[in-house]
Amino acid sequence: MVEWTDFERETIKSIFGKLDYDDVGLAALCRCLVVYPWTQRYFGNFGKLYNADAINANPMVAAHGKVVLNGLDKAVKNLDNIKGTYTELSVLHSEKLRVDPDNFRLLADCLTIVVAARMGADFTAEVQAAFQKFLAVVVSSLCRQYH
Amino acid sequence: MSLSANDKANVTAIWKKILPKSDDIGDQALSRMLTVYPQTKTYFAHFADLSPGSPQVRKHGDIIMNKIDDCVNHMDDLFPYLSGLSDLHATKLRIDPANFKILAHNLLVVVAAYLPNDFTPEVHLSVDKFLQQVALALAEKYR
Repeated sequence: MVEWTDFERETIKSIFGKLDYDDVGLAALCRCLVVYPWTQRYFGNFGKLYNADAINANPMVAAHGKVVLNGLDKAVKNLDNIKGTYTELSVLHSEKLRVDPDNFRLLADCLTIVVAARMGADFTAEVQAAFQKFLAVVVSSLCRQYH
Repeated sequence: MSLSANDKANVTAIWKKILPKSDDIGDQALSRMLTVYPQTKTYFAHFADLSPGSPQVRKHGDIIMNKIDDCVNHMDDLFPYLSGLSDLHATKLRIDPANFKILAHNLLVVVAAYLPNDFTPEVHLSVDKFLQQVALALAEKYR
C-alpha cells in the first residue's frame, strides 16, 4: 500500500490539473520515440515515424499520447489504489501488446522532462520527487501482471 | 551508440546556452539527484549538510559541471581525456555506474526547465548520447 504525504497528493493533482493532455501527451510520446528510437517497434502501424518532424506531425502519435495521459489521469483520481486501477491495463501490455516494461521507465523519464519544460522553476526538486514517485508507482502497477 | 557529427553539433550549440548558467544548472542537478534519489546520498556521508543550497553541494555541483563543460570540448577524445578521472572513480570513489545515469537524467530535467525551447527532442537525444559516452568513459577503468 503506497503512502502519500499531503504534499505529494496536492502536488500530483496540481500538476495534472494544469497540464494540457493533448499537448503533453504528444510531446512526451514524440520525445520517447525520438530519444529512444527502439520504442518505435511497438508502433509499426503508425506510418511515418522516420524523423522527429514526422513523428511530431503524426496524428496517430498525437492520439496515442492523449490515450496515455488519460490513462495516467485514472491513477491521479485513484491514488490509493493505482495497482487495482491498472490490473487490466497491465494484462493488456503484457499479454497483448507485449511491451518490455523497461520502456515504461523510458516514457516516464520523457514525461518528467516535458513537465519540467512546461513548469520551469515551479518544477522544484520536491515537486520532481513527488511526480517521479507517482510515475514509479504507475510503472510498478503496469508491471504487476507480467509473468 | 556513438556520437554523430549532428550530435556533436547539437551538443556544442546547446552548451553555449548552458555555459552562462552552468553553476546554477550543476547545483540544481546534483541537489535534485540527492532529493529525488535519496540512495545517492550514501556517497556523500562525509558532507556535513546535504540540504538543497548547501555550500558543499553547490561546490560539488560546480566541480562536476565544469568537468562536463570541458568534455564538450573533448567529444572526439573523451576516453583518453577522462582516463585519470576514470582511475579516480574506479579505485577511490567506486561509484556504481548506475548513478551516472541518474545524474544525467537530473541534468536533462534541469536543462529542460531552463531552456524549454532549445531542448527539442533531437537535442535531447544528442545530449543523452553525449552524457552516456561520458559515463562510459568514466566507467572505463572499473574492471
